[in-house]
Amino acid sequence: MEKGLYKKLFLSTFQLSACTFGGGFVIIPLMRRKFVRELHWISEQEMMDITAIAQSSPGAIAVNASVMTGYQIAGFPGAMIAVLGTVLPPLLIISVISFFYRQFRDSLIVSLVMRGMLAGVAAVVCDVVINMLRSICSQKRIFPILMFVLAFAAVRFFGVNIILIILVCGLFGALDRKIQDKEAKA
Amino acid sequence: MILLELFWSFFQIGLFSIGGGYAALPLIQQQAVDLHGWLTMTQFTDIMTIAEMTPGPIAINSATFVGIQTAGLPGAVIATLGCIFPSCVIVLCLSYIYRKYKNLSVLQGILGGLRPAVTAMIASAAVTMVIMAFYGQRTLPADPGAIDPVAVVIFAAGLLVLQLKNVDPIKVMACAGAAGALIYMVI
Repeated sequence: MEKGLYKKLFLSTFQLSACTFGGGFVIIPLMRRKFVRELHWISEQEMMDITAIAQSSPGAIAVNASVMTGYQIAGFPGAMIAVLGTVLPPLLIISVISFFYRQFRDSLIVSLVMRGMLAGVAAVVCDVVINMLRSICSQKRIFPILMFVLAFAAVRFFGVNIILIILVCGLFGALDRKIQDKEAKA
Repeated sequence: MILLELFWSFFQIGLFSIGGGYAALPLIQQQAVDLHGWLTMTQFTDIMTIAEMTPGPIAINSATFVGIQTAGLPGAVIATLGCIFPSCVIVLCLSYIYRKYKNLSVLQGILGGLRPAVTAMIASAAVTMVIMAFYGQRTLPADPGAIDPVAVVIFAAGLLVLQLKNVDPIKVMACAGAAGALIYMVI
């Protein structure tokens, strides 16, 4: 049974990674579909937490998300297997392409496919953002919405260091929770 | 020796890039082009193009490419290992803490605070990607009329089916690629 789980975890992450075009966080909606909706290995709430931690930690988001998902599903071996599955497709593909990358880059058909795909990837990422915003708004509280607006302005328009934003938002989140707990007790 | 250097360089890239692939680009340039001369500036630009055209994280793609160019397949494996090593250690620790304390009020508070921040980061990346898809460059051009109507249609159709029909994102990306190739070929 365990062996079957590892194999399935490896094949799943391998397949998802091979389809992750246009930046690491594209793997997040793919993982949600596979591990939350299809296999029911992790809950929707856990997936949201994994997204937050993967994006806030150093390194490639797809790798971070795989480590954490693998760990949630099957502990330390699960994490290692998930990372292997995530890293192998780009490693293999780039190793092969590096021998004729100029031809690949200049190929008309590849560049046309990429132009169309870029629009598709943009739609996938916008879909992720809409769903995350929906979940933030569903709390019906002004605080998280305000934090989103401020964080967005800080990232987009003022180029504030991401680490600073993560630290400040994490701190505010903890304080906000503390105040809520106090109010609930009172 | 070169393997050790590759490992150490990409270890630093993995450790200091927070917030996704584009945060890693200046670090990769600094290590591979400026510091070690493993790549020329042209090769570096080439990799960025290739990394965008192939699946997988940009940092892993460039680690593999730089590794292959400097030390063959062992170089690619070592550079990739260096790149993922810091995230593996850090995220494993965080996973352990998360599993042990996820019901703790303060941890839920921190995660609740991170969620809007992370959404903001992804939203900002989404804006850049939409501009890239519509205009073929990262920033809005002076003339907003230079928009690519085919990309707009593919984008709108993709977002619509994702939101309404909840289809597999992989299928959306594949169809967008196929549709793009067909339409651009004809016009």
